[in-house]
Amino acid sequence: MNIQVNLTENDNILKGDVHGEIDAHTAPVLREKLEAYQDQDGIKAELDLSGVDYMDSTGLGVFVAFYKSVNAKGGHVKLTGLSSRLKRLFDITGLGDIMDIEAAAGKGGN
Amino acid sequence: MPHRIETQYQEILNEYVKKQTEQNLYVGQNFSRQLILENISPEEVISMHKAAIQELYGDLPDVVWHSFDFLIEMMINYGLALQERQSLLKRQEELKVEMDLAANVQETLLKTKLPSLEGLDIGLLSIPARKMNGDYIYFVSDYDGYAGVAVADVIGKGLPAALCMSMIKFGMDSLSSSHAMPKDVLGVINRIVEKSVDDSMFVSMFYANYDAGEARLTYGSAGHEPAILYRAETSEFDELQAKGLLLGVSPAAVYEQHCVTLTKGDMVIMMTDGVTEGRNEEGFIEREVVFELIEKKKDEPAQAIVQYVYDELERMQNAELQDDFTLVIYKKA
Repeated sequence: MNIQVNLTENDNILKGDVHGEIDAHTAPVLREKLEAYQDQDGIKAELDLSGVDYMDSTGLGVFVAFYKSVNAKGGHVKLTGLSSRLKRLFDITGLGDIMDIEAAAGKGGN
Repeated sequence: MPHRIETQYQEILNEYVKKQTEQNLYVGQNFSRQLILENISPEEVISMHKAAIQELYGDLPDVVWHSFDFLIEMMINYGLALQERQSLLKRQEELKVEMDLAANVQETLLKTKLPSLEGLDIGLLSIPARKMNGDYIYFVSDYDGYAGVAVADVIGKGLPAALCMSMIKFGMDSLSSSHAMPKDVLGVINRIVEKSVDDSMFVSMFYANYDAGEARLTYGSAGHEPAILYRAETSEFDELQAKGLLLGVSPAAVYEQHCVTLTKGDMVIMMTDGVTEGRNEEGFIEREVVFELIEKKKDEPAQAIVQYVYDELERMQNAELQDDFTLVIYKKA
């Protein structure tokens, strides 16, 4: 049960990556870190999730909340490096259609 | 502090100083339990000790009395911390009672009646991982050959999820027609959830309407784990795809609906991710495992199948299901 979240912001551009598992236990850590940026006007966020081994619906909730807040402030959220399992989660929930997501190279077709 | 306690302590102390036996110590230990019960604080205990010494031995060097006064001051904070701990324990106990009550209310509130339809065999099992169930099943039927079923999963757990669920229930009640079409039901519930729920709480929901006369199932999904169609003729399992966003994300979301016609032995398997997202030391339990379990029992009644799937999955995960588990099977008889 481990998560590592690295975020750096420069000139309203937020770059970051997440490693480990995002579930009910670790999601609050991620939420807290993202919340620090979500109210910044027009922030452009790009998060690399290629290090995420597992994510459940709680984790999904964190990203949706972040997406909604950032969008409301005219910003943009992009999630990259999604494993096929994560990609499926976004597709099933219909979030893949409204959010900017990108599957990990070579894993998308699985 | 009651005078009798001071007198009692003085006697116990006096006995110990005179004889110093195990028995004396034992009496002292029991007495300390009584002090705790009577809420006597640590600094009061030391005051009592000082008074008892004064009474029993009177004339001692000043340094002894000063040291007691010092110790009494020191222990005041211990006493405060202790009080705080006790009030927290009490609060925790109250919360536990409230949680139990809430779980009971939830159970009563969300009770749903299995529809009884000609030619349709229904199996249902919903087991919460913790006290409050984050999964929700609701049947709508009014004896006219139609049966609606909603399978929902509230993202977010515990009390807030339970409250959200009551909202869904009242939304469904307001529609209260077993003829209601999935795209309309999902649209209405989406607007209810979107308006009233906080930003990180969402609901996935599968809604299906079964017309017994035509043996036709019309279904739609709001970001829910796809239901599975099992065809008895070919022994194949296929996902019932329907596009639609999670409830509560956008008021503008629109929902698709599709139809399938069932023939004898066909099954529609509806579930929450607690069924498909099982994990054990070797990794994920794939959906195909669930399909194999169902196929093994395909000739049994729907209720026996859902129970078997649950028992087997629980066994594979060493009886530790991490998520709420809900499985509904509509089987064409």
